[in-house]
Amino acid sequence: MEANLSGTGRLPAAFLTPGSSSFLDFLDSHAPQLLPGRRALPEGMTVEAPHGTTIVSAVFDGGVVLAGDRRATMGNVIAQRDIEKVFPADEYSAVGIAGTAGLAVEMVRLFQLELEHYEKIEGTVLSFEGKANRLTTMIRSNLAMAMQGLAVVPVFAGYDLDLGRGRIFTYDVTGGRSEERAGFAATGSGSVFARGAMKKLYRPGLTGEQAATLAVQALYDAADDDSATGGPDLARKIFPIVTLITEDGFRRLDEDEVAAIAVSITDQRREHPNGPQAPLL
Amino acid sequence: MSTPFYVSPQQAMADRAEYARKGIARGRSVVVLTYADGIVFVAENTSRALHKVSEIYDKIAFAAVGRYNEFENLRIGGVRYADLRGYSYDRADVTARGLANVYAQTLGTIFSSVGEKPYEVELIVAEVGRTDADDQIYRLTPDGSVVDEKNAVVVGGNADSIGNYLGQRHRSGLSLAEALKLAVDGLARDPNGGSPRTLTPEQLEVAVLDRKRPRQRKFKRVLGGQLARLLSGDESAAAEDEGDASTDTE
Repeated sequence: MEANLSGTGRLPAAFLTPGSSSFLDFLDSHAPQLLPGRRALPEGMTVEAPHGTTIVSAVFDGGVVLAGDRRATMGNVIAQRDIEKVFPADEYSAVGIAGTAGLAVEMVRLFQLELEHYEKIEGTVLSFEGKANRLTTMIRSNLAMAMQGLAVVPVFAGYDLDLGRGRIFTYDVTGGRSEERAGFAATGSGSVFARGAMKKLYRPGLTGEQAATLAVQALYDAADDDSATGGPDLARKIFPIVTLITEDGFRRLDEDEVAAIAVSITDQRREHPNGPQAPLL
Repeated sequence: MSTPFYVSPQQAMADRAEYARKGIARGRSVVVLTYADGIVFVAENTSRALHKVSEIYDKIAFAAVGRYNEFENLRIGGVRYADLRGYSYDRADVTARGLANVYAQTLGTIFSSVGEKPYEVELIVAEVGRTDADDQIYRLTPDGSVVDEKNAVVVGGNADSIGNYLGQRHRSGLSLAEALKLAVDGLARDPNGGSPRTLTPEQLEVAVLDRKRPRQRKFKRVLGGQLARLLSGDESAAAEDEGDASTDTE
């Protein structure tokens, strides 16, 4: 084949070169300026940008729940009250992101596309580990930006069709990946409090409905102690985003379902502001 | 020293067209039909791994006949083009018309470039719209021509005879089972007028762009049991959707 004859309108050679099934690899060779990690930042400067906060996830019988609060903060200002930080990655997995909101949303779009692209080119879906590893690569390529305050830290959760159960992976800013075998995980500024709550409330064998309640409880506790995490906003009717992934695929609970959970939790907290109590011994 | 023969440009182009046409005519045909809820693709193909019909983007699918490595390259190029375009602009900005244009430019440039052999492929790019009036089907030939088709189109060997058969019998608003039956009857016809062959579900590759599909991506393969039931005329089989999800390319 001849070298790319730009100007004839034909597909450039890079498009017709067989080999990689990865959209990221294709972008890297054909349009590197579109990759978020490739942008140069001035040395020694930090940028102030909206940050997303708390994401929680828990495994239940037959699936996994992934939920996030709705607040984005920039310093001490609430930048957005109704931001969405939990997205479907494909039919059987989802990704929730804490960190710089602008970059995170772009990274999620790219990740969704990476999975879809592979599926279309290969005619088969990536393994669950394969998907988790693609996300590692993306986080790692963002390391230079993370060093300048633009970190993106995701939680990847989904239903592993091969193993027949829900799984959760968490990441650090360097792309380090670990599977959460305890059954629950949290990331973002309120994660310490959310994890503490889930530690006391989580038990194996939950139903999907119970797991959704657990996630909203944990987010409530995170919002209670972390100023950057938003609790259920009954006045504005802004509730956390709760998603369930089971053998039947990804499902985002609609607003009424989450509102019902959030209202019952808020009612209970009027009696017990610290939430449900675990036995001492 | 020998003098090269003079070949007139007309003759050179005719030779190239003839070369490509012969390559395409060797293969089995692919039929693309509109039906009430979208567009159905039916190919005679015993392989479960090497597809003649594939998904390109949300509402766009691709069908091809001819030399496998050539149309596979074009398919991958099309997926890359669509994904890159959807990423840089928006998913709604990826259209079959745009894709047909870059395919036409690519095929046309290769066809008339002396250094390259023409591609022995014929392609169909189809996009399902919100209503049947918005459905678009484009047929692309190896020389880079684009034909805007309606209702029913056939590419591959016997394309003319099958195309005539379908053109006379196709009407708008067919159910999926009816459209499928018509397509299979067309494919099974003997071009020499003999008795038609019998095509079993194992010999067919079937996929639909279903505008009623409750997902962003409208492409779906019709496989195994569902295909057999549709071929036997069971209308209710059209409604069963994600039951085969694990074997689907979802």
